[in-house]
Amino acid sequence: MTAAPEQLDVLSVAREQVLEQGVGLSEEQVLEVLQLPDERIPDLLELAHAVRMRWCGPEVEVEGIVSLKTGGCPEDCHFCSQSGQFPSPVRSAWLDIPGLVKAARQTAETGATEFCIVAAVRGPDKRLLSQVRDGIKAIREDGNDIQIACSLGMLTQEQVDELVEMGVHRYNHNLETARSHFPNVVTTHSWEERWDTLKMIRDAGMEVCCGGIIGMGETLAQRAEFAVQLAALEPDEVPLNFLIPNPGTPYENYPVVEGPDALRAVGAFRLALPRTILRFAGGRELTFGDLGAKQGMLGGVNAIIVGNYLTNLGRPAQDDLDMLDELSMPIKELSKTL
Amino acid sequence: MYCGYCGKARVGVGVGGADDQTEVDHSACASRLGVIDPPRFCGECARRMVVQVTPAGWTAACSRHGEITSAR
Repeated sequence: MTAAPEQLDVLSVAREQVLEQGVGLSEEQVLEVLQLPDERIPDLLELAHAVRMRWCGPEVEVEGIVSLKTGGCPEDCHFCSQSGQFPSPVRSAWLDIPGLVKAARQTAETGATEFCIVAAVRGPDKRLLSQVRDGIKAIREDGNDIQIACSLGMLTQEQVDELVEMGVHRYNHNLETARSHFPNVVTTHSWEERWDTLKMIRDAGMEVCCGGIIGMGETLAQRAEFAVQLAALEPDEVPLNFLIPNPGTPYENYPVVEGPDALRAVGAFRLALPRTILRFAGGRELTFGDLGAKQGMLGGVNAIIVGNYLTNLGRPAQDDLDMLDELSMPIKELSKTL
Repeated sequence: MYCGYCGKARVGVGVGGADDQTEVDHSACASRLGVIDPPRFCGECARRMVVQVTPAGWTAACSRHGEITSAR
């Protein structure tokens, strides 16, 4: 009778595979990480931080975002307070050009290198693209050279080309959740339609920003599935959101993601995506509070959205900048992104 | 008079008569209002407001009672 081979600890495997070789974890390995007991979370975060430092470096990319067109979206993304299909209290609004210029200026004043212009739409129409074009022109005329990203829904090839020509350097289009869970979250379009837009963005030379939301009823296995599906896309940036149960949405009574689960997700996503910009995005204030945000920054995260989000509020930007200072994490400078 | 988060009355819901001044519990609303959410309902008339959130603040406009803005 032969003894069963000793089961190697997933973090020991990850130390060699991810930290030393830069190879992200497989779906099965990510699931193992997501199932680690609470007492292993410090080990996980320490490793994820080491991976981030080794493959990304110490700098933190800071970004501000603003909603150019709020509410009235025809899609039914169940987490979103901006869908016109749910009785959400969010009313439609358009931000005018002076307001957009001011938001970009406020973002640049925080030291941020990224400013993302977002619209709640299925995809942009001529009016929206015209507003984006005029907005970018006005931001530049204001003497602001911050990098501009956009998030305007699904695109045609012609629209991709137009955004490239406007100088948009990165495009955000989240896959939101695992492919197997997506039909439970959105029924008005498919995961594959989103993937098609992402491919066009990549092929056009724009940087790809693609992440999602943790806590939408997915299983841990689906969370692991999502991490490796994102890795297969090879995005430049992954924004990691935690569900904010917004009133009027189908998910309004969903529980907030528990801090330990959120930290396991942060560590696991870093180990699946060793070289990607991993950004703390919406919901972190609700899920983590101040202490957890620090743990996340020391657990693999290397980018942050400062200030408010699209319809929800965030911490004051200065609080996050002070936190980065306290952690001795330098903010990425604009000159290093150009 | 009305909660900016849920739009319901802050005092009296009529169960104690027309002059009911019983304070209604909005503690759950208070945990989010101004922390996670800007006000969505006018405090004067409970109309839904047009709200614009920006990186450094927010504005909320009621068609009858005008605009309010965040302190920051």
